[in-house]
Amino acid sequence: MAVIRDMIPPFELFQPAGVDDAVRLMEEHGDQGWVLAGGLDTFDWFKDRIKRPSAVIDLGGVDELRGISAGADGGFAIGAMTSLTTVAESADVMSAYPLLATAAVTVATPQIRNQGTLGGNIVQDTRCWYYRSGWPCYRAGGNICYAGTSRSMNREHCIMGASRCVAVNPSDTAPALVALDAEMVVASTSGERTYAATDFFIGPDLDIERMTVIEPGDLLTQIRLPAPWSGARHYFEKVRDRKSWDFSLASVASMLNVEGGVIRDARLVVNGIAPYPVRMGAAEAAVRGREPSDETGQMAGEIAVEGSRALRHNDYKIALTRNLVKRAIRDAA
Amino acid sequence: MEFLRRALNPWGEDVPIGVSWDLIWAAVIIGAIFVVGHALMVPKKVATGEIDEDEARGLPEKLQRHTPGARGFHWSMSIAMFALLITAFFPVVGIQFPWVTIHWIAGVLLILTVIYHIYHVFAKQDFWTMWIDRRDIAEGKQGLKAALGRPEGKRPRSGKYPVDQKMFHHAAMVVTLGAVVTGVLMMFRIENFLLPMNTYLFSDAAWGWVYVIHGVSGIGLIFLVIAHVYFAIRPEKRWMTWSMINGWIDRDRYLENHDPERWVVPEQGSAAELEASGGGGGQAAVSDRVRGEGP
Repeated sequence: MAVIRDMIPPFELFQPAGVDDAVRLMEEHGDQGWVLAGGLDTFDWFKDRIKRPSAVIDLGGVDELRGISAGADGGFAIGAMTSLTTVAESADVMSAYPLLATAAVTVATPQIRNQGTLGGNIVQDTRCWYYRSGWPCYRAGGNICYAGTSRSMNREHCIMGASRCVAVNPSDTAPALVALDAEMVVASTSGERTYAATDFFIGPDLDIERMTVIEPGDLLTQIRLPAPWSGARHYFEKVRDRKSWDFSLASVASMLNVEGGVIRDARLVVNGIAPYPVRMGAAEAAVRGREPSDETGQMAGEIAVEGSRALRHNDYKIALTRNLVKRAIRDAA
Repeated sequence: MEFLRRALNPWGEDVPIGVSWDLIWAAVIIGAIFVVGHALMVPKKVATGEIDEDEARGLPEKLQRHTPGARGFHWSMSIAMFALLITAFFPVVGIQFPWVTIHWIAGVLLILTVIYHIYHVFAKQDFWTMWIDRRDIAEGKQGLKAALGRPEGKRPRSGKYPVDQKMFHHAAMVVTLGAVVTGVLMMFRIENFLLPMNTYLFSDAAWGWVYVIHGVSGIGLIFLVIAHVYFAIRPEKRWMTWSMINGWIDRDRYLENHDPERWVVPEQGSAAELEASGGGGGQAAVSDRVRGEGP
């Protein structure tokens, strides 16, 4: 494991007051710039002296990135700098998107949720401890996956979606946002772009050094949630080693539109098993027109793990995923 | 601009991890400068139309320059090479797509074409036709002087392959073999159904040099492909390009550009007869070494 040191290497601090200023600074500093949101991912990197940016752009003073507002289409927009506590305790979020509120409240501890932001939770880097140790793996620009050898310790690594890199996405809110068909708004000096949440997260086959479409100079500004499904059932579960405070080993988020006792539409997303939140499209298709029963859940679970492949010490994730998907169908309320 | 990317491995050793990606742009810029400089400085060679009737006597209208096998190799290799370059370098310059699987499969195709080429050269063609001898060097010197505006008499005709083609072939051979050998080793670092993953095959430093050689070879191929495509579309070279498509050159082109003493074709031979006589154009070519006039 990396040794936490006390002294953070020096950098120049910028504190923009608006998004325009922020993206201009990011453009100016390119890959030498570092965007600071809640700082919970950032300061690990800095104290380990693995990331040494010359400029840090602190978004703490950009008020326009905070808050939850109603959208014209019946949905909501959440600023990327909105704290996880605000998201979890928002009456609007709890009533319209209880799935997101449930996911947000499972993140770490109350203190961390006070400081951590929704945007930061979404774009945080992987916790692969080989990578976080600062070794020159593929994700760090090197030419090897230290977690991909026959002797690696892979308990936390992926069972699907690997492509040279076997790290997983650690976000708790990401699967909920994918299940809610959220859209991510990204700003840069060249304008604003919007991505469907399912396209926002990318795997190492596409770019081994990133977990999202965010590139240097890009800033996630807002998360847009569409009008909620009327009467939809939802389910969120995060499995971790310590219930008090830990990253997930795997998590599941589901949205089920049930009419007349039959599933009309479904979203099933599992995180912690791949480098990105995995939307279980085949399982979603299979459960449509069926009752949200134990049998349907069992079938969905079996479909969900098709093609998965365990690494050293993480075959438990296959059974875990199967059961999480089953519960996400059977127990959605 | 740096040439190597280096990093500290888990044991604190400073090891190379690959070639600097800045060199991609260096190869592109050098290739562009070469193309523009050559296009501006070297005039288009105009066909003289002067044919020695004695030499023409007995020759067929069309002579096979490339057998179907040789053409198949060339275009298969071209497809593999373009696939390799696109999958290798487009993601580096920001055009993202899942490239790894396409890349190694294209690499396997390249290896198969190279194996076929080696077999074809030794079994079906005359190995020495691609050898550079003293007459090629003299031809090259005169060609260079003519290109620099100081022509010395009539440029000598080449054997089956002009000296610039031979030099290109040897340069391409070196970098392709570099890419192929290191590419095979690198397949031990990725999942594929041909070779088992074994990251412990070499030390980190040795692996780093494998990546460096692979990168240098790939970047070298960028320049060579630019130059090759440029010469293929130059007006006075297009007959050669066409011969790589249809396999033939006409008698006048042959007599104007090739020395019948150095590229011997059987008298009275029609194209079909040449093919039937034992493998086509490759067999039609008799090298200096075979004729006892080589270096």
